[in-house]
Amino acid sequence: MQAGSNAIIHEPAVEYLLRLGDTTLILGQRLGEWCGHAPVLEEDIALTNMALDLIGQTRALLTHAGQLAARQGQPTLSEDQLAFLRDERDYRNLTLVELPRGDFAFTVLRNLMVSTWLKLHWERLAASSDAELAGIAGKALKEARYHQEHAADWLLRLAGGTDESRRRVEAALAELWRYVPEMFEADAVDAAAAGSALGPSRAELREPWEAEMAAVFAEADLTPPAPSRFRSTSTQGVHTEHMGYILAEMQHLQRSFPGGVW
Amino acid sequence: MGTEASSNEWPLWEVFVRSRAGLDHKHCGSLHAADAKMAVQLAREVYTRRQEGSSIWVVRSDQIVASDPGDKDMFFDPMEDKVYRHPTFYKLPPDVDHM
Repeated sequence: MQAGSNAIIHEPAVEYLLRLGDTTLILGQRLGEWCGHAPVLEEDIALTNMALDLIGQTRALLTHAGQLAARQGQPTLSEDQLAFLRDERDYRNLTLVELPRGDFAFTVLRNLMVSTWLKLHWERLAASSDAELAGIAGKALKEARYHQEHAADWLLRLAGGTDESRRRVEAALAELWRYVPEMFEADAVDAAAAGSALGPSRAELREPWEAEMAAVFAEADLTPPAPSRFRSTSTQGVHTEHMGYILAEMQHLQRSFPGGVW
Repeated sequence: MGTEASSNEWPLWEVFVRSRAGLDHKHCGSLHAADAKMAVQLAREVYTRRQEGSSIWVVRSDQIVASDPGDKDMFFDPMEDKVYRHPTFYKLPPDVDHM
């Protein structure tokens, strides 16, 4: 462990929250990279608005994860300590979200895949046995529904646009699809969450996710590749080579000025 | 409209936002969007980020017909001396808002 880093105990409920909160954190960071670079000014604002929605969800989730861990006897870790002072192996995001920003088609397709996945979580988490998490989900659901619609609209435009936009959507689909199995691979953390009614096992979300994606793909006349045998592993803490770079950028300030606040 | 085929620019839309139920939609600016649906979404992104709105209207800028600034004298000056058209001679009860 790096000096000054925070390890967090990986108790199942904490782990479950980190898997969500780290996914929203890293996707929020990636979307923020569009600031000043989007194809048009209005879309620039749209992407950063969504990044801020995701960071807001992250704040609630990581704060709650820190409180749950504290109840297990660990010193209370704040949202900032969790977001900015863990080591790479302690992050639990989907691999999909740590991949570099890519082009606009890549971003749109990734947003559609992840916002649909998150939306399905929030719908179910609104009935969580954990009242705090249910509250977070109720608010986040509205945001995720908008993110999904925004991404789906753009995917249709790009898929039905020019040869160039179509080519880029197809390339993004070929690139991203291999990261889908991880989104639905359940383990003991999922079983514990489902057992305590904390939240759904990700395995449950596969069918509704595939159905929602298929509806958009049908309208866009896109065919996803065959399911991949490749298994990405960021959920387990084993990340791609991209993760270290994004963390270096995110963590630089907190590590240079420990405890710095706005 | 006719010039757009030769242009890569998306058409311009005027945005009207209503801040609360019961109030009027107010013009708040313009933006570029490919079609009406995108215009409403982008208006939401650009003009309601700070809770300014509960409803949005958009209209293509080239669909707005405006009075000619050259007609300003003829159009508006004759009203200058007709103060009796203002309802300021009535006393309103204090609990009548937004009149």
